Amino acid sequence: MSDEWKPKIIGIICNWCSYAGADGAGSARTQYPPDIRIVRVMCTGRIDTLFVLKAFADGADGVLVSGCHFGDCHYLAGNFKAAKRMFLVKSILNNMGIEHRRFRMTFVSASEGAKWAVVITDVINTIKEIGPSPIAEFNKRK
Amino acid sequence: MVYTGKNAASSPAVEEPRIGVFICHCGTNIAGSIDVPAVKEYAETIPHVVVAQNYAYMCSTPGQNMIKEAIEEHHLTGIVVAACTPRLHEQTFRTATANGGLNQFRFEMANIRDQGSWVHMHDWDGGTDKAKDAVRIAVAKAAKLEDLYPMAVPVEHRALVVGAGIGGIQASMDLAAAGIETYLIEKEPTIGGRMSQLDKTFPTLDCSQCILSPKMAEAGRTPNIKLYTLAEVENVEGYIGNFDVTIRRHARGVLTPTEAAAKGIVGGGCTGCGDCSTVCPVVKPNSWEFGMAPRKAIYIQHAQVVPLIYTIDFDACVKCGLCITACGTKKAIDLEMEDELFTIKVGTVIIATGYETFPIEQKKEWGYKLYDNVITSLEFERLICASGPTIGHLVRPSDGETPKSVGFVLCAGSRDNTGVGKPYCSRFCCMYSLKHAHQIIEKIPGCKAYIFYMDIRSFGKAYEEFYYRIQHEGAKFIRGRVAMIQELPNKNLLVIAEDTLLGMPVEIEVDLVVLAAAIQPTAETEVVRRHFGVSCSIDKWLLEAHPKLNPCGTTTAGVYLAGVCQGPKDIPDTVAQAEGAASAASIPIHAGQVELEPYYAQCMQDICAGCGMCVNQCPYSALAMTIVDGRTVMEVTAAKCKGCGTCGGFCPGGAIKMQHFTSPQILAQIDAFFLGGEQ
Repeated sequence: MSDEWKPKIIGIICNWCSYAGADGAGSARTQYPPDIRIVRVMCTGRIDTLFVLKAFADGADGVLVSGCHFGDCHYLAGNFKAAKRMFLVKSILNNMGIEHRRFRMTFVSASEGAKWAVVITDVINTIKEIGPSPIAEFNKRK
Repeated sequence: MVYTGKNAASSPAVEEPRIGVFICHCGTNIAGSIDVPAVKEYAETIPHVVVAQNYAYMCSTPGQNMIKEAIEEHHLTGIVVAACTPRLHEQTFRTATANGGLNQFRFEMANIRDQGSWVHMHDWDGGTDKAKDAVRIAVAKAAKLEDLYPMAVPVEHRALVVGAGIGGIQASMDLAAAGIETYLIEKEPTIGGRMSQLDKTFPTLDCSQCILSPKMAEAGRTPNIKLYTLAEVENVEGYIGNFDVTIRRHARGVLTPTEAAAKGIVGGGCTGCGDCSTVCPVVKPNSWEFGMAPRKAIYIQHAQVVPLIYTIDFDACVKCGLCITACGTKKAIDLEMEDELFTIKVGTVIIATGYETFPIEQKKEWGYKLYDNVITSLEFERLICASGPTIGHLVRPSDGETPKSVGFVLCAGSRDNTGVGKPYCSRFCCMYSLKHAHQIIEKIPGCKAYIFYMDIRSFGKAYEEFYYRIQHEGAKFIRGRVAMIQELPNKNLLVIAEDTLLGMPVEIEVDLVVLAAAIQPTAETEVVRRHFGVSCSIDKWLLEAHPKLNPCGTTTAGVYLAGVCQGPKDIPDTVAQAEGAASAASIPIHAGQVELEPYYAQCMQDICAGCGMCVNQCPYSALAMTIVDGRTVMEVTAAKCKGCGTCGGFCPGGAIKMQHFTSPQILAQIDAFFLGGEQ
């Protein structure tokens, strides 16, 4: 294995759209970099701001939240409600001195496997450009 | 709803987790891109894991037996299978887990194929590392899983079919024949859909109306079918087995005999005599004939309508009242009628909302709506149809002359990646264009048919033979997409294309051009799908639950698809899918009950502060405030909860427990990834 720094990025994604889209990318064998791990929830509405902040506290280099397109939510409007909360997360991150681009919310439907690959590639490239999380560095020194 | 009450709100689990990990090779699907033995070795080092095994096909019977035996041998409390996606095999492994004597919800899947080996095929190390992490994350969740029990809910013995084209009619008739009371709703004043506009059907050349109208009539008189025309879905609540669907019946302005009898008008109601239409002074273009024939403000679309009840176009009606006088003692006309809203309760739903043609005028190079003699294939169907505006005499719109040469432009907007048009094949245009060519050669002696095509896709039974037949009848086939159509001073059209077989450009002058326009979902499809929470594919056709193995189902339990709304298909395929959807929709109804996954929220009332902010988060009104022991706390009605967890994601006090997706479980997954691995 190379010594190149590999970012640790977590994706918390909804079962009905983004998880299905990610599976679609697999069926189509659309290739993207592997530097992301997935936690599945039924709806992005389930995602407590705490989950995102805990990930950053644990030293996450990046966090992705991905759900259905607006109007397509399996539970009518869970993604709207999640999106509102995620603005709060961005604001908190800014105030904490964490580059807000480390966190992103995207909308990928069940049929958008190709888009999923593009999104993940872009997320990983963005995090690689920003570099390691200062919290991860701090946690290591502890 | 039968709530078993076994899913306790507080967790008594203080047992030490004992997790078994099973890693699937999936042949070479996983093992070809991921070091499975290394993942297995790694899994053995993860806390709580007491056994890790790998096998070629975990979903096979020997693979499932491994799980069962390991549970017995190692007294496991949780199972992790690292394989494909839970969307494919979660139930398989849950069943295996249950067979081993564990609660089926003590199972967690690590997706190392669809989101692992298949997307990192050329990154052995990266893919293997990802698989190790995925297993570790899954083990962390499995260690915190709890026993859960599905809820059994009764299923209403009624079904709803949205859209009454041939697909919707067939589905309703099958459901009705299976003894299920079926609501059939249609937005137009009559059932029949697109098929009723066609003249002949390929490849048998059956008269479309002749084979359709008996079915329309039967659908109209079957007691088990409750038919509502001019009706649309206004609102949907509930879930499989118990959908509450609100229907808007647009004001028709005319009473049916039943409605008249209910109002106490003896012998009243519309008999379809047409006296009202005769006296009506307002003349409008008949949209059913694509504006090529007139109709009155009180009208029927065509002679075979079901139900045979006149309709008032309230946008056009001047309320002169002549029709009321003409109707006389039948008293069928009510010019002040208003829309009616009513709610029905159904167990399952079939969506069959069909298609419309792509607005082909957007392809400006072909001049539709610019040049008089460029028409679409549906307009051609009406012009060649004996019940159409010209009584079956094909004429060209500019001068009413019989055309002596007709150009057919195939893939007009289909298989088109230019940005204007549709990338997909509309699937039936090749065949109906062959049929059109046959019809003009048969009806108009000496008339020439030029078919400009990309490929002739004659895929169905007896379709290829039909193609040969048309070739022998003398139609000229030119392989190449039409680049441009120009109108000549005599209103003839110059079709400019490349003949890719000859490798040279061709220019052919014809009297009439027929565009085989691409098809797209109806505007209403988008509205209906959002009401029922059905996903769509990129081109907006409704998304089936699985493209191969569940083509009639959707991701919303209890909602099924029939016909073109799911993707372009011809009449036999539509009817076949409608029968499939009807069968699928009747299964839960005949079973009498369905089991719902026990994913629902619960309030931990001892730590609930009673702020009540969660109540507004719930889209299903499942949450309410109540008083327990003098404290205001929240209470969940499990029957209404669909398990999105939005309340749990919002609760500032962490007092809402979302079954199977609890905060401790999700936080354990997050911690396992960042803190659990090699630092």
